[in-house]
Amino acid sequence: MEGHLYYPGCTLKTKASDYEDSAMKVMDKLGEPLVEMDDWYCCGAVQSLAEDDIMHQIAPIRTMCCAQEQGEDEIVTLCDMCYNVLRQANDRMKEREDDLETMNEFLDEDPDYEGGVEVYHLFHLLEDMKDEIEEAVETPLNDLVVAPYYGCMLLRPDNVAIDETEDPEIMEGLLELLGLEVLENPKRTECCGSYHTVNRSDIVEKRVEDIVSHAVDEGAEAMVLSCPLCQFNLDYHQRATEFEIPVFYLTELMALAFGLDIEVKNHKIDPRSLLKEKGIVE
Amino acid sequence: MKLKKLTRDIDFMDKVEELSGQSLNSCIQCGTCAAGCPFVEDMEILPERVFKHITLGNIDKVLENNTMWICAACYTCSVRCPRDIDIAKIMEAVRQVVLRANIDMVDVDEVENMEELPQLAVVGCFRKETG
Amino acid sequence: MKAEEDESNEEVEMVEIFVMGKRYKVPKGLTIMTALEYAGYKFTRGCGCRGGFCGACSTVFRTKDEYKLRMDLACQTAVEDGMFLVQLPFMPAVREDYDVEEVDPEEHDNVLLDYYPEVARCVSCNTCTKACPQDIEVMDYVQAALRGDIERTAELSFDCIQCGLCSIRCPADIKHYHMAQMARRIHAKYNQPESDELAERVKEIKEGKYDEEMEKLVNMEREILKKRYDERDIKEEG
Repeated sequence: MEGHLYYPGCTLKTKASDYEDSAMKVMDKLGEPLVEMDDWYCCGAVQSLAEDDIMHQIAPIRTMCCAQEQGEDEIVTLCDMCYNVLRQANDRMKEREDDLETMNEFLDEDPDYEGGVEVYHLFHLLEDMKDEIEEAVETPLNDLVVAPYYGCMLLRPDNVAIDETEDPEIMEGLLELLGLEVLENPKRTECCGSYHTVNRSDIVEKRVEDIVSHAVDEGAEAMVLSCPLCQFNLDYHQRATEFEIPVFYLTELMALAFGLDIEVKNHKIDPRSLLKEKGIVE
Repeated sequence: MKLKKLTRDIDFMDKVEELSGQSLNSCIQCGTCAAGCPFVEDMEILPERVFKHITLGNIDKVLENNTMWICAACYTCSVRCPRDIDIAKIMEAVRQVVLRANIDMVDVDEVENMEELPQLAVVGCFRKETG
Repeated sequence: MKAEEDESNEEVEMVEIFVMGKRYKVPKGLTIMTALEYAGYKFTRGCGCRGGFCGACSTVFRTKDEYKLRMDLACQTAVEDGMFLVQLPFMPAVREDYDVEEVDPEEHDNVLLDYYPEVARCVSCNTCTKACPQDIEVMDYVQAALRGDIERTAELSFDCIQCGLCSIRCPADIKHYHMAQMARRIHAKYNQPESDELAERVKEIKEGKYDEEMEKLVNMEREILKKRYDERDIKEEG
């Protein structure tokens, strides 16, 4: 297959379509397109941690099986939470052979999962493509000062971390290739509040105030991240603070640096005025 | 929602250890988990106190307080615990004991601004707060 | 009970069934519905078209040799020896109220999830698909609804007869068939092109073009009506 087998997850199709759109464009430009899986299932957003739980591992394993049946052994996700769940569930079921056997027997109408599929996040791919990225940059985003934000799901627990849990650098490395001024963001690995946005938005508001105020104190003009839930929380809930800095997906900035257009459908804080001010868009 | 009593008669500590696979007595009450937890200000009792209450059999104390529902499963405590206790799993176990007794913490039909929420948030919330 | 004899003095093979625990012998080859009636039960509800189309007679049952709990339509399923049966239950599920003018998918990111939020609890267990007597890919259409793909939800659920079997064992308490019906209505109203022919026909009906013919049919004698029905023009399949 030309390119990489891509698992979107539910949110990328509607509320985070800007992320999917920009990622597709960027990966096409880099010559390694993302090809959506023929079939896939909602991962469940958060990993079920109970020792006896098999039921909530079913959905991720079904997705692994879909990849297996497509003849592929690697899945790439854009969404941090999907990465975390698929990776945790996959690793867990591969380790617990008895549980996997129970599950395969339960899924008696479907092929058995053999345990041969691995899960990656987009950043894993981009890490290995730094030369290509540098070459693809047409308009370095020189005037823009950004604070990278990781959140939780790419870094914890230890066994799924894509970089040092307490001191990651992977995003900073990629952002520097785009010409951006990348700040040290002291709160970059602290949780945004996650699903509390549903019925305890007061908690999320506190977290957003904390995270954004520290970034702005360092001089940030925008935040950059890769998780659709973090993006929603930091973007939507900034209204409860005195700040109004745009929150970009990494691939949106990459697309702009590559001279490509971005759609701006999901953003609550419109980034266009900042981008115009910096001469990045007209 | 304050819970005074579960409807089932179970050995709470045994159940929590079974569901989490963690040993509650390993906790040395150092407080590293609370120090790193981004949500600790909204918790009625600190995480390590929850574990102590469980080992002492003070189930009411645990159920009456909101700690496990404020936890967002961010795993910060788990990666920092000096005794290598997977604290996130213990919180999950306490949540599961309640949810499996057919008690939901969020009413699926009462979610406000459903229209604006990304699926990630709704799916995650329902997974952690409904049975 | 000795074996029944029919008019040609041949013995009819009987099977043993249990209706709510009580044992009966019924002729092999009857459906669950007619077997229950043979045993003396009379249906005042749960009995509809008797032709596998209306979804009223969905039921659950087991056979003594199998551990699986099975679900199907009572009018379409033959009785087996050792079958454990029940009355025909009604699948309880409240249909959400909505104004079809207010659910334009262009104006809502995920209108199905707004009205049926429990869809977000789907764990992809496939219980629904296994229960469906119409061989619909139920889990797939629920997943499509979760990601906001109304068209796919509508297309995959097209054959649904609203029997409710998908919903009775769903661990997430989803009301699949009501949610899918909403998807089909929205898809038809907002996504599908309008049919000029339909608008024209509705106009004709309102103007009374077919009133006389309808009057005749309604007042026709039963035998003549049957004959006309049997001799009607049927379009060839394919």
